[in-house]
Amino acid sequence: MQATFEKVRLGNRHLEEGVQALSSVAAAWKKLPWWVEPFTVAGVLIAFGIYSTAVIVFAGGQYEQYISPFFSFTATMDTPAWAPAFITAPMLLLWIPLGFRATCYYYRKAYYRAFFWDPPACQASAQTKEPRSAENYRGERALFVLNNVHRYFLYASFFVIAFLWYEAFRTVFTYDAGVQIAVGSLLWFANIILVSAYTFSCHSFRHLIGGNMNCYSCVKGGGARRKTYNFVSRLNAKHPQWAWYSLFSLLFTDIYLRLIAAGTIQDYVLISFGG
Amino acid sequence: MTENGNSAARAGAAAVADDGPKKTVKLNIFRGTEEDGKEVEYEVELAEGMVVLDAVLKIQAEQEDDLAVRWNCKAAHCGSCSAEINGKPKLLCKSRVEEYEGQEIHVQPLHAFPIIKDLVSDVSWNYEVSKGIKPFTSDEQAPFTMYEEDVERLYEPKKCIECFMCQDVCHVLRTHNKHEEFAGPRFFVRNQWLEMHPMDNQDRLEDVKEKDGVGLCNITKCCTEVCPVGIKITDNSIIPLKERVADEYYDPAKWLMRKIRGRKSMTNREAEAAKNGN
Repeated sequence: MQATFEKVRLGNRHLEEGVQALSSVAAAWKKLPWWVEPFTVAGVLIAFGIYSTAVIVFAGGQYEQYISPFFSFTATMDTPAWAPAFITAPMLLLWIPLGFRATCYYYRKAYYRAFFWDPPACQASAQTKEPRSAENYRGERALFVLNNVHRYFLYASFFVIAFLWYEAFRTVFTYDAGVQIAVGSLLWFANIILVSAYTFSCHSFRHLIGGNMNCYSCVKGGGARRKTYNFVSRLNAKHPQWAWYSLFSLLFTDIYLRLIAAGTIQDYVLISFGG
Repeated sequence: MTENGNSAARAGAAAVADDGPKKTVKLNIFRGTEEDGKEVEYEVELAEGMVVLDAVLKIQAEQEDDLAVRWNCKAAHCGSCSAEINGKPKLLCKSRVEEYEGQEIHVQPLHAFPIIKDLVSDVSWNYEVSKGIKPFTSDEQAPFTMYEEDVERLYEPKKCIECFMCQDVCHVLRTHNKHEEFAGPRFFVRNQWLEMHPMDNQDRLEDVKEKDGVGLCNITKCCTEVCPVGIKITDNSIIPLKERVADEYYDPAKWLMRKIRGRKSMTNREAEAAKNGN
């Protein structure tokens, strides 16, 4: 009994230390100069853009049962004859997630701050660095009024999500190796879970599901909509985190596929039936 | 110019006096007016648990009795003592001096509004904006019967203490001076509360879009970062309003449905029609 208490105590201590370490990282991040965040965001987004462009232009999208999330169902497609030469098959799909993220309320904040410096950060000293003059500032009234199309990219994303789920299951229920769970399958599932969390925590989805109502008790099914709305609201509170986690999971999943395809690492099978 | 008078300020300072504090703290406080102002350095004895307002009041009581500062409850409830500490809007009564250990402390008034004197800005523009918002209007007589599930979202916007720090930090007002075209985060919080209220029957979306200029907000969330009562202004007020404005003005499918059905708006009106048994 004493040993159990000791284990629990040690476990709790480790948990507390972990939480403290995380909060101290967050506190340290806040203490950094204001320009660190916009430069980091700009750097990460540019690097992601370069990597994903290189992949969809120059690389293939399938290895054994794994399909890169950058390619999804276009991995086995030929580019249609009507498409110009610079168009590759995944580009026929990628406009959806690209448009969804480019018009996302969180990424809007991120790129207005990181690329437009509108403003780069909230401190008084940072706001004085804003390059746009008062006359030229139009916010989301001029060109960026187009961001209101976000909800349509959300609707289109539902199809992408469905395919990514299908492809995650395809890594488990394979054609030639039977049913198996490999490290890759876990990665593919982690990726689609994070991408789904990002998609369904979207502000437009939250609005669609119940944010547009004033009175839940007035309509049939209002209670269910309210519960869904509250659930989506809880997800939505972490929308920025889902946005980053899913961006990195897409990246790692694709890199993993290329590493196993190149034979650099081996995809360990954890559980296998039949095949 | 001290809104609460020097005697009250001295009482406040006396309350924080400590028998034996040995440490001191230096504060650089803005002195002067909009046209002619600069920071002046003061040194005061540090007391345990001292907040910046305590230090300012101590300076007012012991060194500069004409130092202007607006304060009232000293409990982060009234929103009077909002100012800028090291370039960030803060409630002076909620900011401990210890938080700034190892840093210089610069205390400035809210810069998005005209500075009257020292730490006091003229925030009356906000009251004018407030008057322009369509008030709560209902067909029914109060007291209303309302259900928790319909009003639970309204508690958050009602927490606002009108400190106007969100208005101060908003670059649309602060940097771009769009006071004529833009109501600011505080009034989107108010509009959201009114728009989502189940008993209210006013339509404010045209005002939100045109008069209050929600399109000028580029959702960079500084307002949310500074809110002392933790209202998620951007996520829970501004973006829901932007989505409702998009329903009404930027959604071609909804526009088409309205044309076919001959109604101005779908969702809210539908709920209201169902409620009234139509």
